[in-house]
Amino acid sequence: MKLFLSKTLLLCLFISTHAAASDLIMARSTLSFSEAMTNLQVSLKEHGYTVARVQRIDVGLTGMGYKTDMYRIVFVGKADEIKYLVNKYPQMIPYMPPKVSVFAEGGDTLLVTANPSLFAHMVDDEKDKVIFERWESDVYSVFDDFRRAE
Amino acid sequence: MVRFLLFFFLLFSTGLASAAPDGRALFNQHCAACHGTEGRGGVGVPLSLPAFINSVSDEYLKRTIRHGRPGRIMPAFTRLSDAQVNAIVTYARSWTMVPAVEFNPAPIAGDRENGKVLFGQHCAQCHGDDGKGGKGTGVTFSRERDLPIIAPALNNSGFLASASDTMIKNTVMHGREGTPMASMLQVGLKEQEINDLVSYIRSFQERDSVDSDDDENETVIMVESPYDFDETIESLKTEIANNNFKLIRTDYLEHGFVEEGKENKKQVVLHFCNFNFLYQALAIDPRVGLFLPCRITVIEQDDKVLLMTINPMRLSHLFNNYDLDEACKKMTELYKAILEDATL
Ligand code: HEC
Ligand code: HEC
Repeated sequence: MKLFLSKTLLLCLFISTHAAASDLIMARSTLSFSEAMTNLQVSLKEHGYTVARVQRIDVGLTGMGYKTDMYRIVFVGKADEIKYLVNKYPQMIPYMPPKVSVFAEGGDTLLVTANPSLFAHMVDDEKDKVIFERWESDVYSVFDDFRRAE
Repeated sequence: MVRFLLFFFLLFSTGLASAAPDGRALFNQHCAACHGTEGRGGVGVPLSLPAFINSVSDEYLKRTIRHGRPGRIMPAFTRLSDAQVNAIVTYARSWTMVPAVEFNPAPIAGDRENGKVLFGQHCAQCHGDDGKGGKGTGVTFSRERDLPIIAPALNNSGFLASASDTMIKNTVMHGREGTPMASMLQVGLKEQEINDLVSYIRSFQERDSVDSDDDENETVIMVESPYDFDETIESLKTEIANNNFKLIRTDYLEHGFVEEGKENKKQVVLHFCNFNFLYQALAIDPRVGLFLPCRITVIEQDDKVLLMTINPMRLSHLFNNYDLDEACKKMTELYKAILEDATL
């Protein structure tokens, strides 16, 4: 009985934390774009990730009638994990390093990233799937920080 | 044993009580990214406008959360508990503090054929032919739009499964103040004509799922080059230009991760773009920037030179956006053309 209850409890916890498991993970914050960029980069570093590059993809967009030039892609990862993955699974190369897109919408800033668990099907070694589980929970944690930041 | 069970019962029930779902937090976590802080709108339509929230039933909100809007961006939230869904709805009601309306679930009879004619005359300019919805969705601040709020899809299975005939009728009769949706009574339609429209909207068939052949699409597009590593990169650069793309930057895959100079020199990424295309894609869905600008990686491994890229068609379903499928298909074809031309 005890086992049953604690299992149920565990199951409930599991379900509630993963209730949102979705293909794209998104977050909105009322932070301005530049504050949001700083917040995201600091939080990623705190979680042990390296921001390899911040790419603008908006050059020329305003000239075309797009209302904002605030659109960046952040390339992020852990050097050793990425090296390990691309060597072992070359088919992952086009998806590496993982990216987070950051864009302004009105006065708010949005983050979007692909759920790292989507990559898990590209690896066959069970122990490597753990890497993506960790990335996923880190993304949720970084995005939670971002949502709460004022 | 009894005491023991009681202890667990208490532990369990207090645990549940203190974990009563917080509607506002759930909304911020699951909905606000699209519908905006406090439901003010974004990629999704505004939800806190009194003309909307005060004129829809709790049932409509709950079903919408469960079904989402297949092919129109909003995902189906199947994994939230009933208590969580209820908490979100209760939170949404707090925006105006007006109690929920209820609608009679009985179907409304009308002349479907006449409804179709009326739809073409009064509705299709915003809701699209066959009610497929306006171009784009919601309210977006960043792109140019025809309307301040894009008209939702009415032929959507998620919408049809959520809205009762009487709710649809009520919306068409009274419109939604503060949005482009006008009261059709004021426009001059008679109640019977509105019944005909409802009957026509109800007749929309579900659209076929787009990602049915998804698994047949490979995750990566990869070709082997007959040239050596450096020649391949030169050839690729030429073909990128020939296909009307602009090369933005060439760097090592490991750039930024390892000390400069220590990168693996046999893993090179070419970043390129066609601004017209980029603009069009972002106007459809601002989230696609995630897979832009275009990138092709060239690697040398085991004496083979390989060119590889993501397959946009395979990724399209992540966005749950029918409008994007066309653009992704075009991108897949372009990638394939460039890779082919570069390795001729
Ligand atoms: C000028 C553009 C425009 C026209 C014309 C128009 N609509 Fe709308 N309609 C909208 C917009 C925008 C919304 C979303 C309003 C909102 O944000 O709540 C909407 C919402 C609706 C809804 C509710 C859909 C939902 O998902 O909640 C229904 C039903 C509807 N319209 C039916 C019609 C019918 C039937 C006609 C023709 C008789 C019509 N509309 C004409 C723009 C239009
Ligand atoms: C990924 C973006 C996204 C997320 C996340 C999302 N929605 Fe939506 N939602 C939309 C879009 C887009 C539409 C309009 C669909 C259309 O234009 O056809 C919509 C429509 C709706 C509607 C119908 C509005 C109307 O006018 O009838 C409701 C209600 C709604 N969403 C509630 C929610 C709630 C509650 C959540 C969180 C549990 C949520 N949505 C999460 C994008 C989203």
